[in-house]
Amino acid sequence: MPELPALASRLLNVASWLTSPHSPDDYLGLIDPLLGARFPAGRVTAVSPETPDAVTLTLRPGRGWSGHRPGQYLPIGVAMDGVWQWRTYSLTSAPGRADGLLTITVKVTPDGRVSPRLARRTPPGTVLRLGPAQGEFVLPDPLPPRILLVTAGSGITPVMGMLRTLMRRRSPRPDVMLVHSAPSARGSIFSSELRSASGRLTWLDYREHHTRPHGRLSPADLGRLCPDWRERETWACGPADLLDAVESQWHRAGLDERLHVERFQLAPVLPPRRDAASGGRVLFTRTGTEVTAGAATPLLAVGESAGAVMPYGCRRGICFGCLTPLTYGLVRDLRTGEVHDRAGQMIQTCVSAAAGPLALDA
Amino acid sequence: MTVPPRATTETATTETATTETATTETESGFDKELGEELDRIRSEVIAARGDDDARYIRTVIAAQRGLEAGGRVALAVSLFPPAWAAGTVMLSVAKILENMELGHNILHGQWDWMGDPAIHSTTWEWDFLTPADAWKHTHNHLHHTWTNVVDRDRDLGYVVFRMSADQRWRPRHLAQPLYNFALAPLFEWGIALYDLEPDAVASGRKTWRSLAADLTGFLTKAGRQLAKDYVLFPLLAGPSALPCLIGNLTANTVRNIWSHTIIFCGHFPGDVQTFTEEHIEDETRGQWYLRQIQGSANIEGGPLFHILSGNLGHQIEHHAFPDLPSNRYAEIAPRVRKLCEKYGIPYVTGPLWRQYGSTWGRILRFAVPSR
Repeated sequence: MPELPALASRLLNVASWLTSPHSPDDYLGLIDPLLGARFPAGRVTAVSPETPDAVTLTLRPGRGWSGHRPGQYLPIGVAMDGVWQWRTYSLTSAPGRADGLLTITVKVTPDGRVSPRLARRTPPGTVLRLGPAQGEFVLPDPLPPRILLVTAGSGITPVMGMLRTLMRRRSPRPDVMLVHSAPSARGSIFSSELRSASGRLTWLDYREHHTRPHGRLSPADLGRLCPDWRERETWACGPADLLDAVESQWHRAGLDERLHVERFQLAPVLPPRRDAASGGRVLFTRTGTEVTAGAATPLLAVGESAGAVMPYGCRRGICFGCLTPLTYGLVRDLRTGEVHDRAGQMIQTCVSAAAGPLALDA
Repeated sequence: MTVPPRATTETATTETATTETATTETESGFDKELGEELDRIRSEVIAARGDDDARYIRTVIAAQRGLEAGGRVALAVSLFPPAWAAGTVMLSVAKILENMELGHNILHGQWDWMGDPAIHSTTWEWDFLTPADAWKHTHNHLHHTWTNVVDRDRDLGYVVFRMSADQRWRPRHLAQPLYNFALAPLFEWGIALYDLEPDAVASGRKTWRSLAADLTGFLTKAGRQLAKDYVLFPLLAGPSALPCLIGNLTANTVRNIWSHTIIFCGHFPGDVQTFTEEHIEDETRGQWYLRQIQGSANIEGGPLFHILSGNLGHQIEHHAFPDLPSNRYAEIAPRVRKLCEKYGIPYVTGPLWRQYGSTWGRILRFAVPSR
């Protein structure tokens, strides 16, 4: 939905005196969530399968949508059992499409909670919340003359957004080589579209590497598929081991500055350990101090003894005066044992303890 | 099983109940068991929260905003008397819902679990003169932590009333029935003044600088509230300006009287106990629960009454579990009541008229020196 003209936004500002202490958006959002800009939302308009375990959702963004750059990812909020669950997905559509629609492509994580819901049980009409598009894994302006894109699995998704943007551009277009690694041809997202585009477009060369018969993509494979990799500005996205291999290959060649990587699977960085017995290192991001916290010590006490400025209240979990945003990591509610790990979530620090390494915005 | 000692009982009947139910069981055993049983109720509700609860709060929000919008539109043409009546009723109900079932409960963090920034204790602001932050401090923190502890819970008499024999009588208390009459229609002003904690500045607990900051927050918030109800909407109503202004004033007054009534009936009916500071030394989880139960009073009524009172008719359950979603209090109330019967804890409840009368009885009784 386009931005409002200046007069309309001025009118909404004036109207906020009438809707005080709420915003006019809170009323507009009741009529249609897409009308409210305070909590940007999008409505699913189409659901199309890509592979047996990946689905593309087409979304009509509402008034709060502020656009994206190709290669960026989008936080998506899904209401499940009354709770908004947030996950990030790469935008696979080019910005500024004439129909104003966005696409994200969701690959089902077998043990996941949110991706199966998004991919299998999100009919058209469903309203999802949208965060602002984020990430620096984007093409520069002006574009380099020669580009190499190295992707594996769902790492193709941000790159797809870039390619579709390039396809919409007028020439001159850079010379683009895309090397994509997937288990087999069948499970490779966008492969038929990319194959036909590669046949049609002179500037695009698409090469698939299949790990089932040939094993993981090695430096030798990459050198064989793209002999001039040293001369290309490179963007790589995929699982950590691929990115590690690519990074060391580029590092050995002294080409660190020509490589851009996107590690969008942050989860493995956090330890999966969720046992109650261990605490963890706690970083207070504003204060800049880092300390070790026990598994039974409230984070409020940890922060205060480390000299962090902590909001506090009743110190017994009643008043919610101590709410502090979790920057990352694992936190355990000492009363219920519930583990929280969502970045941005407000934590009651007086009744929560470290359940692994974490950072608090305090 | 026993009601722990040191609670200041307010009436002879409660005292009798105490001695009759006293047994030889140790206090710590009783506390522990009560605490565990109430913790179990709490965790069951937490585990059961889901889509239905989320739908409930969204429905109340939609109903409140619909009523408010309808009321404003009707009052814009309130030269026509039926429009005035309909608009004033709708706006009164909207303001009551907004303060009680929405504001009070959302600001308690009851809906924070949904992870919805639109319905969250840190972002919600309410249609009341006092800013949400100031109220959360005096209410969520001070009142809910120190419920009915003389000299710690300022809600026990709101600084101006004497509500317990443990509070020192002063000649000004003779006039407290008058203050109460005056306070009800002006309740939001009373709360705003109370949340500024001028008494805390006088006693040195609060700095002048912090009072100045709070005062700025109050003036900013109140300015917008007053401008909306008493300037902007009447201006927009054109020829209906005066009836619109009177309608808005009426709605605010109705809401003030209603919230004053519900809130006073939640802690001040005659049988509700107060506590001394020694009583809460080394208080266990179980003893905390017990104090919350003994320091609160329920009001009986139908589902509509409970929604309009922000479910504070279940004040006992609210004080035991201030952060559980309010729509769940009704279903756990029978279990809490049964526990109280099991352990011989008085469970003060009654219809509104009786609790209201009893509250007035207490205001009158403590207006004069004890004994």
